[in-house]
Amino acid sequence: MIAQPHRVLKAMELRLSEPDEAFRQEVRAFIAENLPADIKRKVETGRRLDRQDYVIWQKILHARGWIAPGWPEEFGGTGWTPIRKYIFEEELAMGSTPAIIPFGLGMVAPVIMAFGSDQQKKKYLPRILATDDWWCQGYSEPGSGSDLASLKTRAVADGDDYVVNGAKTWTTMAQYADMMFCLVRTSDEEKKQNGISFLLIDMKSAGVTVRPITTIDGGSDEINEVFLDDVRVPQANRIGEEGKGWTYAKFLLGHERTGIAAVGRSKKQLMKVKEIAARELSGGRPLIEDRRFAEKIAMAEIDMLALESVVLKVLSEESAGRPPGPEASLLKIKGTELQQAITELLVEAVGDYAHPYVPEALEDGWNEEPVGPDYAAPLAPHYFNWRKASIYGGSNEIQKNIIAKMVLGF
Amino acid sequence: MDFSLTDEQKMLKESAERFIERDYTFAARRKLAAGELGFGRENWARFAELGWLAVALPEAHGGLGGSLLDVAVLMEAFGRGLVVEPYVPSVVLGGGLVALAGAEAQKDALLPPLAEGRLMMALAHGEPQSRFNLADVETTAKENTGGDGGYVLDGHKCVVLNAAAADRIVVSARTSGTARQPDGITLFLVDRQADGVALRPYATQDGRRAAEVGLAGVRVGGGDVLGAVGGGLPLVERVVDDAIVAVAAEAVGAMDALIAATREYLRTRQQFGVPIGDFQVLQHRVVDMFMACELSRALTYRAAASPADADAGARGRAASALKVRIGEAGKLVGQQAVQLHGAMGMTDELDVGHYFKRLTMIGALFGDAGHHLERFVALGGAATGQGP
Ligand SMILES: Cc1cc2nc3c(=O)[nH]c(=O)nc-3n(C[C@H](O)[C@H](O)[C@H](O)COP(=O)(O)OP(=O)(O)OC[C@H]3O[C@@H](n4cnc5c(N)ncnc54)[C@H](O)[C@@H]3O)c2cc1C
Repeated sequence: MIAQPHRVLKAMELRLSEPDEAFRQEVRAFIAENLPADIKRKVETGRRLDRQDYVIWQKILHARGWIAPGWPEEFGGTGWTPIRKYIFEEELAMGSTPAIIPFGLGMVAPVIMAFGSDQQKKKYLPRILATDDWWCQGYSEPGSGSDLASLKTRAVADGDDYVVNGAKTWTTMAQYADMMFCLVRTSDEEKKQNGISFLLIDMKSAGVTVRPITTIDGGSDEINEVFLDDVRVPQANRIGEEGKGWTYAKFLLGHERTGIAAVGRSKKQLMKVKEIAARELSGGRPLIEDRRFAEKIAMAEIDMLALESVVLKVLSEESAGRPPGPEASLLKIKGTELQQAITELLVEAVGDYAHPYVPEALEDGWNEEPVGPDYAAPLAPHYFNWRKASIYGGSNEIQKNIIAKMVLGF
Repeated sequence: MDFSLTDEQKMLKESAERFIERDYTFAARRKLAAGELGFGRENWARFAELGWLAVALPEAHGGLGGSLLDVAVLMEAFGRGLVVEPYVPSVVLGGGLVALAGAEAQKDALLPPLAEGRLMMALAHGEPQSRFNLADVETTAKENTGGDGGYVLDGHKCVVLNAAAADRIVVSARTSGTARQPDGITLFLVDRQADGVALRPYATQDGRRAAEVGLAGVRVGGGDVLGAVGGGLPLVERVVDDAIVAVAAEAVGAMDALIAATREYLRTRQQFGVPIGDFQVLQHRVVDMFMACELSRALTYRAAASPADADAGARGRAASALKVRIGEAGKLVGQQAVQLHGAMGMTDELDVGHYFKRLTMIGALFGDAGHHLERFVALGGAATGQGP
């Protein structure tokens, strides 16, 4: 019997109220009608997206009023219930849309809303909402990763400005960025968390240099070093009080809870595993009929269902007005483990065609005959690249430390 | 079981390790891998000079008459150095098949130049539909009309390692039987430059070279048949089992290098005011990596030392057990080495990611862990009462 990808998916779908189901259909139809075909194709085939692809799509969502479901309505949010936000995210994934770049919309905006001045709110929030500015996150430094509070980039007050010196690293898509939100040291305190301030830096300022870092999958368009040499930043670009930057940064860390698991994206990737396994052959039969491989897919699906159940539980508690629990760390660990497991299944599915390294095939406009099946080229690079997921955003080891301390009381 | 090395093997080990240490830097290797050829001609000549290409070939034909154990000793050092030179496709697979099945004239013609580094080989066996099943051959060999003993080959061979640099490619094709039938597969020695041979070369994820090989009406003579007509499958199984031992030894060397690098990194990288190696959870992770590597090493040398005349079933079980073990261990060690290096581990600049990619690709090579788990079961598992 041939397992049907969509049949299995149905069983995993949520049972929704009629209005929510209508909402799902509305979102689905909107994506189908408005996502540009070339962008959709790039996402589906794992090709590289450029800056414009992200911007175009975010502006389309913005025009519909749907770009910031997580924001309060007064700033341009949608006012959706938690379950609708979840439906929306799932439809974005299922519809092969580009990921929404989180640095502006999901990260700095909530900090500006909570701690920024009125002027800062007026200046930045509408531009973030419209994706007029691209933001990047300047936290990590060569010597400060997990131990972020040890950061050394220094900002010294000089008239109305700060003069900033130091080096940030691993900065995602800094090459596209107009603005960087940045943690800097403004004083040396006994408790190092206390000497940190939160600055918004214009990337076009004199003294800012961005240098790409090539990652193990061969890409040079993801992370960067950002050098700051005597960069003048107006004090008006400081969020809140001097020396309180750590508190604001921690607020940000706790802000996003359920999206981090990226269940919708994993669901979509599991469908991709099945589609590929239905096309690959093993012993003259489709690979998906291979018992052992089918069981591996099933294990990933079961992990996905359990993860989704946690997400739904958190959402229902949120709807009931209960404060968020400590699930963020659990969702980060289990969510990224699942994502990584799926990337392994994809590599496994293509057998010997995991070997060819054809980076040209990941570029848009490459029209040559593929090596092996047309879906094979991005799979191994994607697997290598996705090892990052258990490292960034607070490594999975650090997340376990948090659960041990905050949940289990060690 | 005797796990000790002979004096000659110890010397081989030392010379290989010295070469890796002194002459095979990561920077030099990176250049070679990025170059047109994908490896160093000079290195290959050096391997010949040092007798490494001759190690496992028969003495009567320019070889040193060594064993798979010698190859394993060499490959472990190659793994430590991430050596990109195509030792396995050219010597273990190509040379192995000629040594195993070649007629005297074929051995005379091919093995001495192979040992001297003047000739390179490759094995073109897998096909797009075959997914690790060595009997799944659809490429056809039709006998020439006129009875001159020659054949015409047609088909598509996929991911042929070292194809572009090989002078002679061993190609498997069906002379009889239907897809996935064990009998009826015949091996042919094909000139890479022959009419009708079309290569689509590319780099691999781990910085080697491979190609799709198209065969369209390729004519071969009767003297190019390697081994018995229709009897190619057991020969391929035999050399692929040997190649599994070779890449397992390579994986052990690569794991050693990663464990050493990770241990060193944990002792020097400071976070929270201490070396991160002070965190016991990270120590335990490295201990897991270490144990996985040691189990792999022992199993590798056990398989490498098994008698050359062991029956096919015993040899197959040993190779499959090893491939499962190496697949799991390589994944654990590779992934965790990257993880414990944090974002540094994600960079192309550091060698860690390159070891990780090689271990990943060794995992997929010659059948992945899942395939060999099934083969191990099919061959009766370990509890057969038959050695080794
Ligand atoms: C692809 C990618 C994109 C990134 N993008 C950004 C970005 O846009 N902006 C930004 O600021 N940063 C970014 N980062 C950096 C990321 O936040 C850091 O990599 C992360 O915080 C870990 O720090 P580190 O790499 O220095 O590793 P380290 O902190 O040196 O850790 C090394 C290893 O030790 C473990 N470890 C450390 N401390 C402990 C402990 N106390 N207990 C147990 N284990 C521990 C870690 O889990 C890890 O396995 C990115 C990273 C990657 C890989």
